[in-house]
Amino acid sequence: MTAETPMCPECDGEVEMPPDAMENELLSCPECGAELEIMSLNPLTLEPAPEVEEDWGE
Amino acid sequence: MRAALLVTHIRAEEKLILAAFNTHDVSPDIILDRELNFDITRGAEQLAPSGIAWRDYDLVFERCVSTSRGMYALAVLNSWGVRSFNTYETAATCGDKLLTSIAFKRAGIPQPHTRVAFTPESAMRAIEDVKYPAVLKPVTGSWGRLLARVHNRDSAEAILEHRQTLGDYNHHTYYVQEYVDKPGRDIRAFVVGERTIAAIYRESNHWITNTARGGLASNCPVTDQLNDICVRAAQAVGGGILAVDLLEDAAGNFVVNEINHTMEFRNSSKPTGVNIAQEVINYALREVGVVA
Repeated sequence: MTAETPMCPECDGEVEMPPDAMENELLSCPECGAELEIMSLNPLTLEPAPEVEEDWGE
Repeated sequence: MRAALLVTHIRAEEKLILAAFNTHDVSPDIILDRELNFDITRGAEQLAPSGIAWRDYDLVFERCVSTSRGMYALAVLNSWGVRSFNTYETAATCGDKLLTSIAFKRAGIPQPHTRVAFTPESAMRAIEDVKYPAVLKPVTGSWGRLLARVHNRDSAEAILEHRQTLGDYNHHTYYVQEYVDKPGRDIRAFVVGERTIAAIYRESNHWITNTARGGLASNCPVTDQLNDICVRAAQAVGGGILAVDLLEDAAGNFVVNEINHTMEFRNSSKPTGVNIAQEVINYALREVGVVA
């Protein structure tokens, strides 16, 4: 694990960051499957993504 | 050229859209819908969360996953004369299945037999009018959520009682359609302006074929017939950048099921060979006069 490897706030698993990661991008934790949002790139901060609401969609 | 990308959060589609903007040397400001705080009593001189006055944006590209936030933001921005894709009128129609059905009827677009009722008793009559199996849908919602295929009176009574008891008032508008016995697939066609740029079949063993529910995408040839019905359907709801969902009935005729105004397309470019994000942004920038 490197200093840049973020941890899942739900399960403490390691989350792989895409090379073109952006703030407010959604990611899935590969260990627990939790959906996460990148709240900040510097410092790297992940939070659980908002729960899907009834009006979400296309 | 100043553009804004209005989002709930960043998904694969938004990254593809940003990359497509970048090919034209346009770098949109990303505006989060959670940060919007409009003063409705003032106008477009007020600042967006980006610190830029809304009137200084040549284009706001709306990609909110939250239908209500996106729709109302467009209502405000369009009322100030801010150019957007799609427009509020298109979003408001596509975001409501009943309004979409009315628009299809007005334009003569073939669609499944559809009824609407407002009480469980009248909804039962509507279901029996379209005959079993019938499909009950919320008028708002997406990703195949809360659809019900109703096979008989017993299941109809149970679903109607649940909707009436557990649902909020939105679920007390009973939108009922005939079930179209499609051939294990439906069609999603991507319309940009006056052209169907690509289409996919969505195949599934389940009667709900949304890719969000596991439907598999493969290329669907865009024939003149498919292009014609899709473009007419898109124009019926106000036009713009749209995903038209169609069913093929037992006779092989197309019926239009619904239209989505903030379409997902991450799994559709590969099977169709069409760079959907690029086509969409090329169109949007042509419309605002940035590219020829």
